[in-house]
Parts: sequence; C-alpha cells; structure tokens
Amino acid sequence: MSDLTYREIEASHDIAHIEHEGEQELLTLNLGPHHPATHGVLRLLTTLEGEVVRDIVPMIGYVHTGIEKTAEDKAYWKAIPVVERMDYLAYFFNAMAFCGAVETILELEVPPRGQWLRVLHMELNRIMSHLVWLGTSALDLGAISMFWYCFRDRETILDLFEMSTGQRMHTRYIQVGGVIEDIPPGFETKVREFCADMPDRVDQFMALLAKNEIVLHRLRDVAAVDEETLLGLGVTGPLLRASGNSWDLRKADPYSGYENFDFKIPVGTSGDNWDRFAVRTLEIKESVKIILQALDGLPEGPYITENRKYALPPRHELATSMEALIHHFKLVTEGFRVPPGEAYYPIESPRGEMGCFVRSDGSSKPARVHMRDPSFVNLQATKPMVQDLYIADLIATLAMLDPILGGIDR
Amino acid sequence: MPDATGLELIAQDLRGAHGDDAVVGTLFFRGKAAVDIAPARVNEVLAFLRERGFGFLASVHGLDYYPTEPRLGVQYELLDMTAVDRITVRLRVPTDAPHVPSVTPDWPTADHQEREVFDMFGVIFDGHPNLRRILMPEDYEGHPQRRDFPIGGEPVLFTHNEPRMPRYTQ
Repeated sequence: MSDLTYREIEASHDIAHIEHEGEQELLTLNLGPHHPATHGVLRLLTTLEGEVVRDIVPMIGYVHTGIEKTAEDKAYWKAIPVVERMDYLAYFFNAMAFCGAVETILELEVPPRGQWLRVLHMELNRIMSHLVWLGTSALDLGAISMFWYCFRDRETILDLFEMSTGQRMHTRYIQVGGVIEDIPPGFETKVREFCADMPDRVDQFMALLAKNEIVLHRLRDVAAVDEETLLGLGVTGPLLRASGNSWDLRKADPYSGYENFDFKIPVGTSGDNWDRFAVRTLEIKESVKIILQALDGLPEGPYITENRKYALPPRHELATSMEALIHHFKLVTEGFRVPPGEAYYPIESPRGEMGCFVRSDGSSKPARVHMRDPSFVNLQATKPMVQDLYIADLIATLAMLDPILGGIDR
Repeated sequence: MPDATGLELIAQDLRGAHGDDAVVGTLFFRGKAAVDIAPARVNEVLAFLRERGFGFLASVHGLDYYPTEPRLGVQYELLDMTAVDRITVRLRVPTDAPHVPSVTPDWPTADHQEREVFDMFGVIFDGHPNLRRILMPEDYEGHPQRRDFPIGGEPVLFTHNEPRMPRYTQ
C-alpha cells in the first residue's frame, strides 16, 4: 500500500466514475425494513456500485395501520387518540392539527389559557422529539453515550407529561376547544427546573459532538441539497431551514398564540448534514425560551371553551345541573355534530408542516381525515441527498432526515 | 389568504386565460379560498397559480364524496411563501373514469402523494412516472379509503393462518 493516509486515498477516488473493475458491477441491496439504522420499519432499495449509492428507492407501508380510515368511524373527540398515534414522537402536534381543523369548521374560539397550555406542551414535545432524534442519530454515528444522555432528559419530559396529563405518550391532552385539564400544582416548578437545566445540557451535547472529528467528518459537507430542490420536493421544517430558508409556520403564519412569543428561528447556510444537525440542536434552546415565556405569561381563565355543546361540563356540575347532565350524555354517546365543510390546518411539527385536512358531512363523525405528514413528504428527498455518496453517508443522512415511520405510513 | 373578492378575481383571470370551462366554481369557507376546476385542466391551473406566486405545493388530498356524484375528489393545497397565502384547487372525477392528469412532472413533491391517492381511492393519475401502490401491499384489491369500503372485517395475516388466507400464496 502507498504512504497515503486513509482520507487521502478516499479523496483520490472520483466517485462519479469508478473505474476499478471489481466495483463496476451494480449490486442491489435491500436495507430494512427491520434494520436498526433505518429509524423504524423503512425499507430502502439501494443500487450500489462498489460502496457508492447510485440509486435509492424508499419503500414504505410496513406500519400502515389505517388510522385515517379508523378515524372516520369515531366521533370527533374519540378520533383524537387514534390520530395522535400517527407520528408517535409528536403526539401533541397530531392532536393540535386535528383539533385545529375541527375548530376551524366549528368556528370555535380557544380561550387564551388553553392556547398557552397547548404551546407549552407542544414545545416540551418538540424538545422531546429532538432529543430522541439526537440520541438515535448519534447512535448511528457510533456515539452510544449520547443516546443515554438524551434519553435521560427525554425521561424528565415524559415525567412532566405524566404529571400534567396522566400519560407519558399519546396523552389525549389537547381537546377540541382547549385542553382537557389545567396543569396541576407543582408542575410549574418542575418545568422551570427542567428549563434551567436544558440549555446547559444542549451546550454539553454540543461540547461532546460539535468538535468531535468523527462527527465533523461524517456530517460536514455531506449530502448538501440546495433550497430550490427541497422546495420542489415539498420539504419543510429543519431540513428546509438548514438550506437557508427561514420558513417556519410559528413565525410566518402564527397559530395558537405563537405571535405572542419571542423566539428565534435557527437557519443554516449550505444545507448539508451538519446544518441539519445544528438547526435541530439549536431549536431545543429556542423551545426552552418559549416554554419559559408560556409559564410567565400564562393567562388566567378557562382552559377549555365554555361552550357546553363541544366541551364536557366540569364534574361538580353533573350533581346539581340537569342541563350539564344532558350535555354530558350527548357528548359521550353521540358526540358533537360539526357543520358540513372542509378545513386544512397546518402547524409546524418537529419535522415540518403537519397539516390536518378534515371534511365534515354534518354528522358526528368526520367524513375524511387526512394528515399531511412532514416525514412522508420529506422522505422523497432521500434520493437527491444520497445519490453518488458512500453507503456510510446514507446512514448518517437518513439519521439527519429524521423520518418517523408511524407518521409516514399512518 | 385571498379574500372572497380576491378569489373571484383569480377565478376570472383563470377563465380569461384558459377558457370558461376551466373553472367550475369557487368556494370561500371559513376564511379559506378554494377554486373548483375541470380535472383535465389541472396542470394549466396549477401553472397559472404558480405564476401568481403560489409556488409551493403543500399537500394533495384524496376524498370520497359518496353518495354524491362525481364521487372522487382530489385537492391541491397551494402555498405562497412570500405573501403567506394559501389556496385550494379542487376537482371531482367519477369512479368509472377516475382519470386526472398527473402534476408530478412539474411538482416533484406530488409523486408520493398522488401514489397515496391512487392507492387509497383508485384515482388514476395519467402521466405519473411510477403509479403503484405505496402504503397497501402491491397485490391488494380495492381502495380502502373509499366510503363504501367496509371498515374492519379483514383477516389479519399471521404465520398460522397464512396458508388459509385467500389468494395469498398464489
């Protein structure tokens, strides 16, 4: 062998034209659907020339559970738990998109406290989702301790969810008209403790990863895709922001009171894997800011609409009020009816524009529920990202793409 | 959002540019503009709206309006990222001739989404480069999101009942 270092040998290859005879033959390799590095039940049909990916076809549907069909057979408020299970790392966002669409058709106002509590929980959820992404992505790159650090902090968030909603995942907290319950005493203190820790933790993660030579080699200048291509493919969220486009629905088209919060949108420059990594990691810090503002400015008042036609009456009223009893009975048996119409309600999930389309035919069950899931659309960007790259870079790129197969297949 | 007047102006310009039959109707519902078009004209209409700034195709939904005819519907959610504006383009096709020109050549994002609408509703997108099922198995029969497709009642495939599943091993 020559005196060249590994990196120099690697750089001397022109991967657009491999001329080594033994590597010219194309090899079709099936990656997944049960490969640990595919972040779920994703199957990638890759065509390799030597170690270089020449073609890649994502194949999905392995966890298709027919949630959209199931939701058509449930009353509106009973559809929330199934809709929440689509993107299983962003359950507050699923529920928010669905409830937002239903509220649009109903023209139902959500009281400010309900909006603030939604924002508070969605931002905690965003941090939680990004922590799972950071941990598993670092694992794909070989950094196993990052996984434990991230899951330690994720555990704290799940404990917070358990405290305020009674569940760690799939909480059914966001309801049509507001949220199901007010936050319990002591919750605020715990969230503040978490928010005091989290920015330091992010700095620690960055200290571990950002100057790590292996991480830099694997991420920097790898799989860069320009903004135009991404927009054509419908890519949104951190992937688009990494390429320099600052589109974020929380700022561009605020919903649920986001216009009252002061936060920044991290934006990348070149759109490579490093930018995707940096944008998401910095988003955690911005989310912490939003959570603190939501706690500081939490308005007084009801947390769910007082319109008894759509929200359950409080428990104590059932003992004294006949009317409350009738409303309660109607809601839990038939559910509320929604006037005929269609609505599309887009929000910014941890992975991009998550839009819920709901069509009502006037009955108490939705006639169509369709989730525009960001992972489903973003997955189309795999080919322009990894074509003519080494297969090892495919694994790193897939990690930075952050697909959630529950959301893709629904 | 284009308001009700803005929507009518867009519809008027569309009729002027592509003939009266391109636009079937308009709807302004809950602050959201929607324009109903003839299925065959979808590419021209989307290209026209792209010129107007709606350069991002956010989503493609399929719908089944059972029992009203024509039953199947396809909706395109367009987004103007500069003016932060949205408009829906809607079309309807009957189940016996569910043909819609594909917009995938012009809007690459529609690739997976049109395949999903084909898979779930059986709308055939003419000109789509790879119109195959995407979520359901390739040998699946029927289009499960149609309103007359029964919910449940389908046997679940396990190892123990695999040989007894109809047509599975053929």
